[in-house]
Order: sequence, then C-alpha cells, then structure tokens
Amino acid sequence: MDFKTFSFVILAVILAPFAGGLLAGIDRRLTAWFQGRSGPPILQPFYDVIKLLGKDRQVVNYWQIFCVHIYLISSVLCVALFAMQADLLMIFFVMTIGAVFMVVGAMAVPSPYSQLGAQRELIQMLTYEPLLIIVFVGIYLVTGSFKIDDILSYERPIFLMLPLLYLVLTFALTIKLRKSPFDISTSHHAHQEVVRGVLTEYSGPYLAILEIAHWYEIVLILAICGLFWSTSWIGLVLLLALTYMAEIVIDNVTPRMTWKWMLTYVWAVGISLSFFNMALLYANSF
Amino acid sequence: MGFFQELLHKSRMKSPWLIHFDCGSCNGCDIEVLACLTPVYDVERFGVLNIGNPKHADILVVSGTVNPRNAKVLKNIYDQMPEPKAVIAIGACGTSGGVFREAYNVLGGVDKVIPVDVYVPGCPSKPEAIIDGVVLALEKLKVRKPEKDTEPLVADLKKAREFYENREERQVTG
Ligand code: SF4
Repeated sequence: MDFKTFSFVILAVILAPFAGGLLAGIDRRLTAWFQGRSGPPILQPFYDVIKLLGKDRQVVNYWQIFCVHIYLISSVLCVALFAMQADLLMIFFVMTIGAVFMVVGAMAVPSPYSQLGAQRELIQMLTYEPLLIIVFVGIYLVTGSFKIDDILSYERPIFLMLPLLYLVLTFALTIKLRKSPFDISTSHHAHQEVVRGVLTEYSGPYLAILEIAHWYEIVLILAICGLFWSTSWIGLVLLLALTYMAEIVIDNVTPRMTWKWMLTYVWAVGISLSFFNMALLYANSF
Repeated sequence: MGFFQELLHKSRMKSPWLIHFDCGSCNGCDIEVLACLTPVYDVERFGVLNIGNPKHADILVVSGTVNPRNAKVLKNIYDQMPEPKAVIAIGACGTSGGVFREAYNVLGGVDKVIPVDVYVPGCPSKPEAIIDGVVLALEKLKVRKPEKDTEPLVADLKKAREFYENREERQVTG
C-alpha cells in the first residue's frame, strides 16, 4: 500500500461519520419541513450521540458489548476497504459480519422486544443481501471485474448500462437506511414500534456506538451507489442527491409494511428488474 | 477536559429524550403531551423526541395518579432509565392526586413512589406549560449527581446477572 492510498483510507475513516451524521441531520430537517414543522438543528444527530456517550452504561451481559464493537469495527473496515479500492465481494461479506453481530447482540438478551426486533432484522438482511449480490454481478458483467479500481477506470458511467439494477440497489439502500416502508425492525421516526426493535436493549454509550456504525454504513452504501456514475463529479453528486431525496420522499409518503409483504415485493420486483436488465445487456452485446 | 465537559453538557441540554408514562390519567393530560409533538408546538425543534423505551430516555413524563397496582410499574420504568435522568409530574393528578386524591385506591401524586424534579400543574396542563417543565428539567440533566459512576464494568455485569437470576421474585404481574 503506497502513501497515497494510506492517506486516502485514513481520510475516509475520519470523514465518514461526519458525513453520515450531517446527512442524518439534513434528513431530519427535510422530513420536518415536509410535515410543516421547522425541525431540529442540522447538528442534532451529533448532539444525540455525544449525549448518549455521556450516559451511564446499563449492560445486560457482556455479549452485547462485544457485538456492538464488532459491528463498529466491521463497518469502519468496510469504508476503509472501499477507500483502498478493494474487492466489492470482500466488502459485502465484511458488512454482513457486522450486521449479523448486531443481531446476535440483540438475541443475547432475554427481552422479547429485542428478540422480535432481531428476527425482523434477520428477515431484512435476507431480503437485501441476494439483491446486493445480483447488483455486484451486474457490475461485473459490464466492467469485467469486482475490483473497485477497475470499475472506476471504466470509461463510461455504468448507470447507463444498468439503470434497472440501480433501482434494485436503492431497495437495499432503503432497507439499510431503515426507511419506510421497510423499517420493520426498528424505525427512525415512530420511536415506539415494538418498543424499539433491535435497538431496545442497547442503551447509553452502546447505542451511540451503533449509531456511529450506522453512519459508516450509510456512507458505504452511498459510495456503492456513487460507483454507478464515477466518471464525472457533477454526475456523481447529482445522482446521489437525487437518490437520497427520493429516499426521503418515499419515507414520508409510504406507511410501514409487514415483513411478508417486504420479502415478496422486494424479491419479486428486484429479481425481475435485474433479470430484465441482464437481458438488455446481452441483447446489446450482440 | 473543559472543552469536552462543556460539549457534553451542551449536548445533554440539546437532546432530551422523553418517555411518557400514563399512570392512570383521564387521558386529558396525555393528549396535551402528544400535542407538543404536533406542528403547532413542534418540540423536535429543541431535539426532544418521544421515545418509547426507558433505556434510551432521559426524562420520564408521568401523568395521572398512582395506585398500588401501577406503582410497581412506575418504579420499574424509573429504575430502568440510566443516569442522568429527570422526572416530570404532569397535571393536578400527577402532582398531588387531583380530584381523585380521596379515592380509596389512590396513593397520591407521583412523588409518593419516585423522586420528582418538576411539577407541572393544570387540569389538563397546557402544552406550553409542559414544554416549560421540560426546560426546567434540563438543568437537572446537565450535570450528573453524584458526580461520576465509578463502578467497574465487571461489577456492573455481575449485578446484571444477579438481576436476571432472581427475576421471578420481582415479577410484577401474576
Ligand atoms: S390533571 Fe385533569 S386532565 Fe390531567 S389526568 Fe388529572 S383529571 Fe385528567
């Protein structure tokens, strides 16, 4: 690893949580605006996290602490791997490890709310993970590589070849961001559904760590979205801004659904869209 | 150290998360508490969130009178909140028992069971008064008293295990 990549990695790891937190703040502000309220300050997520870090810890067992830290490490590692321009599949599996450990931590406590939330989180993972793999395979079919540096050196924006697969990726983004209609394991808005889902038993500083890890994950998924228009900065920023805006609008206009609906809908629509896109790719290559 | 201390105090003041517990109120006060969340009052401006989970909350908002049955639940919720925390009693019922004070099953106000920091009078209390009560409670949240939790993590874990092991004795229902 040369000096340039190294500094890039350090920069990404330091800046990612700030970007994620700011994004969450803007998100809350815009949501409030849609609802006719003025909303919290943009820096509100940072205040929340600092306050949580300063609260007394209330641990149920040591598994919880262990799992929270593994989740943080894996999401930091994902962002670092992305900055290193490593393998997409590698990033995917590291991300999965973190998500699984968060579920394990929620399962390790006797509270039924936490258990229920953990099961729902597992269903959510089951929903988006095959789709992410399909998206990566689609990227491979176009660029001929899973490595990010090869994908970046492809001369045309891959969005033009894979518009439908991008839609599929936004499904995964919605689930990962915990946005309606897919916020069934825990929600950002209604802070009361099944108490707090997977997050029920995490409290104080551990909840803060989960939140920071979540910011890293948001940045990572947005970075993967960014790969779709990596040839120009304007295109990249425009694509990401439009995507995030659409997420917020969808979040505000849809109710939350059941996990059965999510599984059937996302798989049916997601898989047929990707099939259609792959068919188009083949038709083009003849 | 000074900078971080100040940042922490500021963050505590700027992000009070509430848990609202209806301790046998007539629902008049509850509606007023919920009214604070609507676009007219919009308490999220001040970072206030209505959290349904005592483990995440900073301020316990209680409306209504306490009776022997829900006193245990109230105490349980209070104990589940990590320090620093504050308690606000809402309405005539919450502060003293109100019109139900003489009823055979009523113990009285919330302060019969847990320590109350702010009393918000009114029947029902106005949303403005409730928001004012939250602002008063913030002062209590700013600095944790007693100063610092010095228990080592291992002791905490041991306590948690013992707590889980004799869970049957503490059972509220049944
Ligand atoms: S104070 Fe008045 S409005 Fe509030 S719970 Fe008591 S009787 Fe109802």
